Amino acid sequence: MSADGPERAHAFKKGGHIVIVGASLAGLRAAETLREEGFTGSLTMIGDEPDQPYDRPPLSKQVLLGMVPAEHTALPRRREIDADWRLGVPAIGLDLDAHRVRLADGQEIGFDRLLIATGVRARPWPNENERDLDGVFVLRTNGDAARLRRRLAARPRRVLVIGAGFMGSEVASACRELGLEVTVAERGPVPLVGALGGVIGSVVARMHREHGVDLRCRVTVTALEGDPSGRLRRAHLSDGTAIDVDAAVVCLGSIGNTEWLAGSGLAAGPRGVACDAGCRAFDVNGIVTDDVFVAGDVARAPNPLYEYNFLFLEHWGNAVAQAEVAGHNMISCGSARRPHLAIPAFWSTQFGVSIRSVGVPTFADEMMVMQGSLEERRFVAAYGHRGRVTAAVAFDQAKWLDFYRELIMAAAPFPPSFVPVDRPPVMRSMSPEFPDPALPSHGATVTITGHLPNDQRVVFTPARA
Amino acid sequence: MTPDTMLKRITDYGSRADPYPLYAELRKTPVARQEDGTYVVSTYWEIHSLLHDPRISSDRRNLAGPWADPDIEEEDATLPPSMIRLDPPAHDRLRRQAMRPFGPPHSPEYVDSLRPELAGIVGGLIDGFEGKGQVDIVDDFAYPFPVTVICRILGVPREDEPRFRDWVDLLVSTLDLAAWDDPAERQRTAQRARLELGRFLGELVAARSRKPGDDMVSALVTGHGPDGPMSQLELISTAVLLLIAGHETTVNLITNGMLTLLRHPHVLERLRREPELAVGAVEELLRFEPPVHLLPQRVTLADIEIAGVLIPKGAPMTLVLGSGNRDPLRFDDPDRFDPERRDNQHLGFGSGIHTCFGAPLARLEGQIALVELARRLQNPRLVADPPPYRQNPVLRGPRHLLVEIDGIAP
Repeated sequence: MSADGPERAHAFKKGGHIVIVGASLAGLRAAETLREEGFTGSLTMIGDEPDQPYDRPPLSKQVLLGMVPAEHTALPRRREIDADWRLGVPAIGLDLDAHRVRLADGQEIGFDRLLIATGVRARPWPNENERDLDGVFVLRTNGDAARLRRRLAARPRRVLVIGAGFMGSEVASACRELGLEVTVAERGPVPLVGALGGVIGSVVARMHREHGVDLRCRVTVTALEGDPSGRLRRAHLSDGTAIDVDAAVVCLGSIGNTEWLAGSGLAAGPRGVACDAGCRAFDVNGIVTDDVFVAGDVARAPNPLYEYNFLFLEHWGNAVAQAEVAGHNMISCGSARRPHLAIPAFWSTQFGVSIRSVGVPTFADEMMVMQGSLEERRFVAAYGHRGRVTAAVAFDQAKWLDFYRELIMAAAPFPPSFVPVDRPPVMRSMSPEFPDPALPSHGATVTITGHLPNDQRVVFTPARA
Repeated sequence: MTPDTMLKRITDYGSRADPYPLYAELRKTPVARQEDGTYVVSTYWEIHSLLHDPRISSDRRNLAGPWADPDIEEEDATLPPSMIRLDPPAHDRLRRQAMRPFGPPHSPEYVDSLRPELAGIVGGLIDGFEGKGQVDIVDDFAYPFPVTVICRILGVPREDEPRFRDWVDLLVSTLDLAAWDDPAERQRTAQRARLELGRFLGELVAARSRKPGDDMVSALVTGHGPDGPMSQLELISTAVLLLIAGHETTVNLITNGMLTLLRHPHVLERLRREPELAVGAVEELLRFEPPVHLLPQRVTLADIEIAGVLIPKGAPMTLVLGSGNRDPLRFDDPDRFDPERRDNQHLGFGSGIHTCFGAPLARLEGQIALVELARRLQNPRLVADPPPYRQNPVLRGPRHLLVEIDGIAP
């Protein structure tokens, strides 16, 4: 059943079949929106993980600290969704022409409309033998978090965190809070350089060191070495040194869960599935599909505020907002459809500091500290691109960010000329010191991926000696 | 009616019982310049945006041009302004220091730990209604309850209440700009009342410095956090603020709450059977009948344009929270009291960095008080509707709320 005209749309809303692949935050919120807005047809939820939808942000914070068990982060439900749940079985294929999803257990499920919300997964350690050593961890699922928590609770002598993006920094922070020795190895000059730039990254570097982290920048991990029983014992770094470690947490960013779409004809790759602002998927020819929608971390959508670049966002709030738009648009037609134009927003808590950002910091050639002070790590910094405000980052000053969001929406001039409270003695514009985008980086949680649906401009190269 | 006299109309005592029609009128001009040069902002999104705008100061020393106030420095020399009148970084530091013994991240469980004690005080006050056919919800309940609570929290002896009562009343009355013909007289009075309260609380601070107890003033005196302790004068300013803000607003929350419930008997009846309704009911009360209606004396640090109006640098602004809370552009059916309202991001506690410090305590006090009043008062009936109101347009609420009852349930 296709749903172009109002009558067919109405029939679809009453009796169509929607399949949602991906049973996490975006999938759940989309399902709730569908029901909220009157979809009475049948709904199938497919998820590769065995559990009901759960929340991930606590996994790298409260769960590692032992404050909350990993299995206790189930997402609160907004309403009943009356779905046929297929959990623990991944989707492995999509036949667009036949409108069918193929599951790993051999089943095939037909749909009238499909929502792809398969998210991303942790990028694994590139060396497969080393990856399987006892003591090498990634952190994405509640299972990952439970395993890592158990290891941390057993008090390893030293933990190695590979990569100082947001995840790596949060893990290092949790280790220090638990009183564990921790070494962080970061390829860039400072932590978070890919996401926030070198100026703010230097502030974060000081936070690491003042909290007792052995932070080593401009190095990569060249090898993880195990003992004969397969336990991790040592890590070798690109500067020729080696450190004895019992645990290593690989925090090298993420990859879109799109392998199952290979050959489907959709514009899908490691950086997600391209879709329009209304969440409709693009096919490889750059033509928008009618019945396939995308939402959450796996989506790559154009944003007019950022010159219609496609953004690949790993943000909790974006997953929710985009899922609501996708759900709405799946059962609406014509002008009733809405665009997903939310301004990206992100938070992290590490070393006792609340970090928040709005906009796209990487979409900037200048920055300026507007309020507070970098030295006291209590500030708001605005980012600008070609003379307009494109982002703002706050350390322990989150309550001002609504104002900066409005500046971003209004494309207000950069540098801003106004006089705020708590202004630094000298206000000057400077380079945010982002690394050359051609160089590999893994810290950003927003990636600018160019204009074409098939563009795969940014390619990650795993660390090699 | 012209927009430039609206604030006068609102602060006029005759408008106290029902200012909402005036607010609706006022919202037609979201930013209205008053005759005295004050800018009044009455619509939700504009207020919300100003409360997060770093070009807006809470520090009166930034009044400039025709609004400059030469006496401020001198005033502040005797007792420094409290955090409510300061901007970052001083505001942020004082708030962090004050929050350390009171809430997250350092004392996340403190307010909840007061629950049994709050229930005990509420129970005792309602027990006192035994044998009476008529009670005053204000004098017999909504005033003594939060006063007792804030005294215990701060470590002020409850029997000292008569010592600070008059000074608090006087200081609160100076918030009502319209009630004073002579602004200088108003400021002198405020100054004197603050100093007297400061002297009174200074004795407490000195006593706790010598011999700390388990109260908040003692915790602030020792101040073990990374910011260290407050200075003696900062501590006294903070104690004055917490003592006043800790009860003057809660009186209104509870009284407005009981009045609203008596006007909506089906909600009162539901609350009796479903005490869990109290959480949403208190949120809705904070929207529908907020304890603080006006935020006076914010100041622009630059010329700013909002809703098409240019507010010049250094100008005073008054944000009408009570009006923003009834803005139909933000809330569906805003004049309806709906304890199950969803998406209720009201302005009852303000917003931004000065968001009510005691909000978690006020919520808990309101919930416990209303649930117990609903449960125990038998057949409560309003004696007068509307009841007589307090003079104050800023901290708006009934002065008395007489209720007839058939008795009390155990």
